[in-house]
Amino acid sequence: MLSFLSPSLATALLPALRRSGPADSRAKAAATAPVAGPAVKIAAQGIQRRFPVKGGPALLALEAVDLEIRRGEFLALVGPSGCGKSSFMDIVAGLTSASAGSVLIDGKPVTGPGLDRGVVFQGYALFPWRTVLGNIEFGLEVQQKPKAERQATAQRYVELVGLRGFEDRYPHQLSGGMRQRVAIARALAYDPEILLMDEPFGALDAQTRERLQLELLRIKHSTHKTFLFVTHSIDEAIVLADRVAVMTSRPGTIKTVLDVSFPAQRREDPLFRNDPAFIALRERVWQALHDEVDKAQDEERAS
Amino acid sequence: MSRPQAAWEPPQFFVKSVAIVAFLGLWELLPRLGWVSRSFLPPFSEVVRYLAGSLASGDLTRHILISLGRSAAGFSLALLVALPLGFLLGWFSGFERYVDPLLQLFRQTSAFALFPLFILLLGIGETSKVAIIFYGAQWPILLNTISGVKNVDPLLVKSARSMGVGHFDLFRKVVLPAALPTIFTGLRLAASFSILIIVAAETMGASAGLGYVLTNSQYNFDLPRMYAAIVTLALIGLGTNYLLVWLERRLTGWKQDILPN
Repeated sequence: MLSFLSPSLATALLPALRRSGPADSRAKAAATAPVAGPAVKIAAQGIQRRFPVKGGPALLALEAVDLEIRRGEFLALVGPSGCGKSSFMDIVAGLTSASAGSVLIDGKPVTGPGLDRGVVFQGYALFPWRTVLGNIEFGLEVQQKPKAERQATAQRYVELVGLRGFEDRYPHQLSGGMRQRVAIARALAYDPEILLMDEPFGALDAQTRERLQLELLRIKHSTHKTFLFVTHSIDEAIVLADRVAVMTSRPGTIKTVLDVSFPAQRREDPLFRNDPAFIALRERVWQALHDEVDKAQDEERAS
Repeated sequence: MSRPQAAWEPPQFFVKSVAIVAFLGLWELLPRLGWVSRSFLPPFSEVVRYLAGSLASGDLTRHILISLGRSAAGFSLALLVALPLGFLLGWFSGFERYVDPLLQLFRQTSAFALFPLFILLLGIGETSKVAIIFYGAQWPILLNTISGVKNVDPLLVKSARSMGVGHFDLFRKVVLPAALPTIFTGLRLAASFSILIIVAAETMGASAGLGYVLTNSQYNFDLPRMYAAIVTLALIGLGTNYLLVWLERRLTGWKQDILPN
């Protein structure tokens, strides 16, 4: 398996892993028990988003999205293409504002982007003129951390995502999977409480994708961050998430939220995807999604 | 890395120089063999000898420095005006939409067509010569800066914004480095333009400079001197371009290939 964590780092970053007993209890602890304070980390209330259309009525992309994400939870958001998953994530990130409704983080409304949330985009969005280390340092520069501290922190995260030896490479010298690791390290480096990931593995080949999913599982268990993960892959959602929220076709709203209570160890098992429980859950998510995909396609044909 | 069956690969130096050497060889031989009149085309070696002599005596050096001075003044002025203006127009692209048609109109108006007007307004001295270079050189700088700033990958801006970056840092750390390669293309165009147009400016009413040397020696049928001026201008153009390529490689080293042309 992937040993992307150096031994010294593993002890530093994964005290929970070392201490605790069976993997089951670990997963449950991450999924349910809040670390401190109220259980709800992100609360979206009645989010609506309209886009103005030239010479026509406004396009309603999101309609009354209500969703609560618990502290330390990994929530995957799936939905037919064009249902507004990415718009919703942009609103949580503070990159665009909702036409109506509000997003509360720790009870406070989101008014703009901030370093309490780290965002990973599908297109990597690395700065091509910065090296791997330079890219990872970006958020720390915004925080105005001193140079030595920036470099030391960035170096730690380079190692966390298994890119030791590639610190001085430029993004164009890296493979797609490596670029996405840099993007993840960049979002982790300034230690946000929330990670927002918009189809981060969408552009990767199947093998790289599975490997990065496993690495993300480890990061999830070692960091206790709250994750909002947008994907269109049901398998990916089930492998990674504690809960899967299914969105309707446009105008997008939350259709149903399903619990995924598999222990961490089983998720990391290469045969997990053949597991009857996995298949049963995939069937349920698929059913929920299926009608919506049909609706979305009918609408596309009609227009 | 040897490929099987691969043909013999000549050294890089040979590839880069063979055409030039052949050209200079023809230049040397044609007049010597009497195929071209020597009075119209003196052999290359004679031109070189003349060039070396007039550089040593300082006759040509003076003219070179005057021409370079005018070019540099016009180019620097263009840089000073067009670069900040380009940043502003590119950044506030809502405003740029209204100005763009006018910019396109001005850009398409040849600097040569405006030269009589410049002389009329600014006289025949240094001002009109520097002004014409400024006018011509600012367009590529301005338009490339605008398009460089306007076309920064929106995902990079989004990504930087997601990390809570302020307006000033967004410009300094994202927009500027992202636009730099496009801006450099403009700088190189402007620099070569500054060298090209100085000749034209100096052929119209000047008493010094390489353009003056060119027309003056043509009137006096002093052909080695005329060819010496032409060769000098070619070398200056080449040198300027390589200087900018070197600078560009240093500043945008993250780009894979920057070619000299």
